[in-house]
Amino acid sequence: MIERNLGLTIFCHAVLLLGAAAVCLPLYFAFVAGSLTLQEVQQTPFPWVPGTHFFDNIVSAWNQGNFSRLYFNSLVVTIGIVIGKLSISLIAAFAITYFRFPFRMTAFWLIFVSLMLPVEVRIIPTYEAVADAGAPLRWLFSATGLSGLIETVSGYRIEAALQWNMINSYGGLILPLIASASATFLFRQFFLTVPEELCEAARLDGAGPVKFFFDILLPLSRANIAALSIILFLFGWNQYLWPLLFTTDDSMATAILGLKDLVPVADTAPAWNIAMAAAFFVMLPPAVIILVMQRWFTKGLVDSGK
Amino acid sequence: MPDSNVTTEMGGATARPPIALGLALTRLLPRTSESGLKTAHFRKPWIAAGLLAPQLLILLFFFFIPSYKALSLAFVQVDPFGAREIFVGFENFSRLLMSPDYQRSAFFTLWFTAVQAFVTIALAMLFAFATDFVIRGRGIYKSVILMPYAIAPVISGVLWAFLFNPAVGPMAQFIHSLGLPWDPNRRPFDAQMLVIVATVWKHICYDYIFLVAALLAVPHSLLEAAKLDGARPVRRFFTISLPLITPTIFFLIVMNVVYGLFETFGIIDAVTKGGPAGATNTLVYKVFQDGFVQLNLGSSAAQSVILMIVAILFTVLQFRALERKVNYQV
Repeated sequence: MIERNLGLTIFCHAVLLLGAAAVCLPLYFAFVAGSLTLQEVQQTPFPWVPGTHFFDNIVSAWNQGNFSRLYFNSLVVTIGIVIGKLSISLIAAFAITYFRFPFRMTAFWLIFVSLMLPVEVRIIPTYEAVADAGAPLRWLFSATGLSGLIETVSGYRIEAALQWNMINSYGGLILPLIASASATFLFRQFFLTVPEELCEAARLDGAGPVKFFFDILLPLSRANIAALSIILFLFGWNQYLWPLLFTTDDSMATAILGLKDLVPVADTAPAWNIAMAAAFFVMLPPAVIILVMQRWFTKGLVDSGK
Repeated sequence: MPDSNVTTEMGGATARPPIALGLALTRLLPRTSESGLKTAHFRKPWIAAGLLAPQLLILLFFFFIPSYKALSLAFVQVDPFGAREIFVGFENFSRLLMSPDYQRSAFFTLWFTAVQAFVTIALAMLFAFATDFVIRGRGIYKSVILMPYAIAPVISGVLWAFLFNPAVGPMAQFIHSLGLPWDPNRRPFDAQMLVIVATVWKHICYDYIFLVAALLAVPHSLLEAAKLDGARPVRRFFTISLPLITPTIFFLIVMNVVYGLFETFGIIDAVTKGGPAGATNTLVYKVFQDGFVQLNLGSSAAQSVILMIVAILFTVLQFRALERKVNYQV
């Protein structure tokens, strides 16, 4: 549908250029600020041309914020979230679509309900759950009288064994974030579109569920897995509220938290140059992923509706 | 050939997954034990239980037990050290709803969410229309406009807090040079504007992706027919494309409201910390403030419960939105 409409074409380009400028302007100013010295960043008017200290600032931000450690933490947590959530949801979705078993619908609804409450609205109770992950088990043991029984028989206090404090641990940073069923739901939808013949053929050939899952279902889901991993990577890397609550020890903080710590607050030297330089290397991994894998990312986003 | 697979799905991307979701919901309604089960399936309950166990255990510990706790805490008063709990019925709720702080926070959250959603969708629509119309440079525009999706809300907040920082920020200097007052640390309205700008900037890319995909999925035959009848591009957009993509817009309204309500914690924390004087204290930020900073657990739990009800409401709406998509699709 070729059509010439010069006025509208110019207007559209103008709109898009303005939009692109609006996206880039903050990033450009952040870059300029990140390349100045502490004195230069405070001058009025603010310069339009970057200075020469960008790499110096990057280095001093990296050392000042202990980012070698924080970057490592962020990578562990993010990869943990991606792999953990993908594997848990893949097998759960497989069980729900490909198996007949009692309480199948109950299990489905239990999973489905968790789509309804974003983590933000249950912050405090989840904090308690992570701070004391053994509490429900202790309650179970004492309510059923098992703990007393075990104590009298073996002299072993089960309450003492069930003290798990997950604060300042990778588990505490990862597990609550994968406790949602969005990915399970997505894979279930995908499995429902897989042709029936594949499973029938596999069964005729004598393949059990495990073989069917690994040899047929997983290869088929590759596109969905790739798309979802990107979304989950961005989600994990950019987490702020969880790590903020769950880490009291600076060496367990994530890169995002480290950046937030560098941002000058009232009554301190306005070292925006350091903070802005740090913003660049904290933004780097997700930005690279989006630029390199844009097509997969768009698919993942539109598919998951999230 | 995973690649060709993706491209074909991209074309119909708007239609496919939401239809699947919507169908899933309708498929669930007849509650037979067969629904959502493949005809060719396995009958090995123990394997199924093993496969489901990790998901269900994680949900139990980090979803169901915390949610239940939030519910039960909302009806008791606890002292900050957790030593005693007294059942107080609905007192937490009534005190909360009567408190002027909470009313102010709720009011701000409402208009903040509404303004943010409207501006985001309107701008995203403009960009999507332009992207759909231009031929040259489409890919570059898309890549650039998508960029903020990679940026964490809190970093977006930090960027804008810097730009408009009254002491050093370049934009603040620009406003000052026009002779206008600007200080988000003191003037509530400035702070509210700044928060809105930062949230809109961060979220346009999301709506934009969906709208571009939706516009791509509008059938060419209809547009050609309208063109033969002499309709110009703008008119075609308003009489054909726009009505056809209303379901996407409805879905985006729901998603934007959810975003405004629940996902702006990082931005608020980086830009204003809820201030000045609580002027940008959204409901989610207030839960955090009251619960973690002031240790008022009962009130914070009651706030959580109110937010849970709102969240459930919007999840239902979201699925309704997805279902409506099915009916409108050509």
